[in-house]
Amino acid sequence: MKYINLDHISSNPLLPEVKQAMIAAIHHDYHNPSSQHQAGEEAAAVLEKAREQVAGLINANSPKEIVFTSGGTESDNHAVKGVAMANADKGKHIVTTNIEHNAVIRSLRRLKSDGFTVTSLSVDDKGRVNPQDVAEAITKDTILISVMHSNNETGTIQPVEEIARIAREKKIIFHIDAVDSVGIVPFDVKAIGADLVSFASNTFYGPTGVGGLYVRRGVKIFPILDGGVQENNKRAGTENLLGIVGMGQAAEIAKRDIHTRYAYLKGLKDKFLRELPDVLDEILINTHPEHSLPHLVSASIKYVEGESVMLMLDDEGIGVSTRSACATGSLRASHVLLSIGLSHEDAQGTLVIAFGIDNTAEDVSRFLKSLKTVVTTLRDISPLYKKAAGKG
Amino acid sequence: MMYNKVVMDHFRNPRNVGTIENADGVGEVGNPLCGDMMTIYLRIRDERIEDIKFQTFGCGSAIAVSSMLTEIAKGKNLAEARKITNKDVAEALEGLPKNKLHCSNLGADALQMAIKDYEDRTAGVTRPEPKRKDEHEHSHGDKCYCPYCDVEIEDGVTFCDACQHDLQEEHG
Repeated sequence: MKYINLDHISSNPLLPEVKQAMIAAIHHDYHNPSSQHQAGEEAAAVLEKAREQVAGLINANSPKEIVFTSGGTESDNHAVKGVAMANADKGKHIVTTNIEHNAVIRSLRRLKSDGFTVTSLSVDDKGRVNPQDVAEAITKDTILISVMHSNNETGTIQPVEEIARIAREKKIIFHIDAVDSVGIVPFDVKAIGADLVSFASNTFYGPTGVGGLYVRRGVKIFPILDGGVQENNKRAGTENLLGIVGMGQAAEIAKRDIHTRYAYLKGLKDKFLRELPDVLDEILINTHPEHSLPHLVSASIKYVEGESVMLMLDDEGIGVSTRSACATGSLRASHVLLSIGLSHEDAQGTLVIAFGIDNTAEDVSRFLKSLKTVVTTLRDISPLYKKAAGKG
Repeated sequence: MMYNKVVMDHFRNPRNVGTIENADGVGEVGNPLCGDMMTIYLRIRDERIEDIKFQTFGCGSAIAVSSMLTEIAKGKNLAEARKITNKDVAEALEGLPKNKLHCSNLGADALQMAIKDYEDRTAGVTRPEPKRKDEHEHSHGDKCYCPYCDVEIEDGVTFCDACQHDLQEEHG
């Protein structure tokens, strides 16, 4: 039986063209792009081609605005800490939201111990921040606003264009963590008006361990890795050329296919959401019906716990992700789910279902069937279900 | 896979699931904050556990623990059943991940509460609501383990030396 991967938020399989490009790069044995001899220049040309491909995906003005990193986490760390350090003379206040990725939250926590203050804004029950709240949180000391484009647990997309307008008016640097969006939804840094954008290659079917940070020309940012002058002096260290080649290829295909990819993924998600009520009741959908990723559904299944559901689905040959406290390793409910107002019980039963371009409509049908079996089994065991049904 | 074969077997095919009508003793433990809730039902005949059923809301180990506990307790007289500990259940399961010992290994606690409930009822002690133990104690003896990386830690430390996790807010 085919194993169905419905966990495309954690990673994605490599596109065949990406594999080919990376294998060719391995066989070519590229030298260090910083070396000044012919072999180095050849490697530098490959590096710059990938930079152009990536710049094209997000419509950057110039490839020079792309800094290659080791992935979304480094990009977020670089954006937040690099801007704070470079602009601390102007002020030490940062505005963010309660549902950011830990890469941003923990970077900010680090800055707090260095004397920065952070205003973290709450979100509504679908996980959206009100741009007006952002405007009101700004003080004369504010140097950075950091708001994610889409959330990795709910899939909800933030009103980043409006926040960008506010940031521009007040001349504050605006960072968008778009790690789960770039390559999945059309993303235009100029149309949005972003100053910094974090993204990751494996979101758009490129290799893991490589990502990028868009830094608009004119934004003052310090490197967080000190060393050589690579990446326009923004990120020291010899580049991960094999990964970057794969990412460049994946970016080119993502740009070419973005609209068909979006429509295909949304078709799978819509089918799931349409047919879900026919197989199971009492499920909360935490994903915004309109402003959300095309492939992601956050579903809180009442009266059951997520790890149990995940393990039983795994036995059925289906891989999903759960945000239950037990399964995340933190032993506490996800900050994102509590921020959108879920009870601890409902947070425990939350699955993150993320469809991919390798899934089919039949996969969705088989998933619905298995989900019904698994949840019915677990609800029969659950004392909460008994109580809710009034049988106790 | 984080669980061994015995645990997965009890998770996949849990024994003694359900409730007992007019049970002689009922015990409830757990707290959704931690993730797991268990209810144990007892049918007692001649001071012996004639039948035992459970209902559990929780992760894989919580369900396996409940199932194994009912297997151990079934048929035992009350004197024997009173001696069953959470450690016995974990050993019968041939081990649980240490971070799961903290939260999920509550089966014996629920059993002891159900026995106490039976004794109270027999003694004519009336209670308005079924007793519920909302705060569970650390059920692994003197030793403490980092909930993030399983490494043994000293009681009262503020961070885990092995994984650098802040434990202050977790451990209190």
